[in-house]
Amino acid sequence: MIVENLVFYSFATVLLLSGVMVISARNPVHSVLFLILSFFLAAGLFVLLGAEFLAMTLIIVYVGAVAVLFLFVVMMLDVSYAELRQGFLRYLPIGALIGIALLAELVMVMGHWATPVARAKPDSPVPVGSLVTNAHAIGHVLYTQYVYLFQAAGVILMIAMVGAIVLTLRGSSHNRRQNIFEQVNRRPEDVLVVRQVKTGEGI
Amino acid sequence: MDISIEHYLTVAAILFTLGVFGIFLNRKNVITILMSVELMLLAVNINLVAFSVNLHDLVGQVFTMFILTVAAAESAIGLAILVVYNRNRGSIAVEDINMMKG
Repeated sequence: MIVENLVFYSFATVLLLSGVMVISARNPVHSVLFLILSFFLAAGLFVLLGAEFLAMTLIIVYVGAVAVLFLFVVMMLDVSYAELRQGFLRYLPIGALIGIALLAELVMVMGHWATPVARAKPDSPVPVGSLVTNAHAIGHVLYTQYVYLFQAAGVILMIAMVGAIVLTLRGSSHNRRQNIFEQVNRRPEDVLVVRQVKTGEGI
Repeated sequence: MDISIEHYLTVAAILFTLGVFGIFLNRKNVITILMSVELMLLAVNINLVAFSVNLHDLVGQVFTMFILTVAAAESAIGLAILVVYNRNRGSIAVEDINMMKG
């Protein structure tokens, strides 16, 4: 139990510290790297909670896809990030005020809040016993009760993919497209030249 | 002291507040704002998983997967818009985004 406490507190502390670094780092590349660190630590917290499948999904989806996308965009864009940091301190007081107010609200919610008691019959209960793994249990729920939502998630991902490609694809001035009209109207006399080459001489 | 759901909720609450704070702090940089939104979504995910484990109900974890999907789609589209915007205007400052102003 002491090990669990130690792991939780170290993970939570480093998670919050890296969260602070994400929003305050001078260099956006450092921000993205701290974001990756916080995703890893959140995955560690998920493992501690017993949600191993989601922990691995978090690492694959966030670290493998989203964070790399962020890193790619930060490195690709040619903008002066120092200029964007101007006025950083100007909004610090109002931001801190709103942050403290929000945190106070959340703390007050926690103060008046009783720990929820598990219902006798949950909608999709966690299987009892260690024979069924977390991934297996999620699959049982996801592919039966929530199969339509699962399909909708796939559609959302496909729309996002198509949208991203459509947005970032450059106009026709840069790529070589097949021009069928030009191709069909091409005649031999326009492109072929017949030369008489004398023996021993070049053209 | 045993680690209970309140501990996880506290971590998630602080992380969510950090995300909101980040949006106010980096008002000019769209990339950092998107990263703050990711932090907030991560806090929500921690909340859902903590409740799911506490209530012995798998629905929370299934929902976390859907949030993961939406977050991935959101960041992909957001960054694509950002790249196109930077190509057109040569800047990603938030206050320059006023081309559609009447």
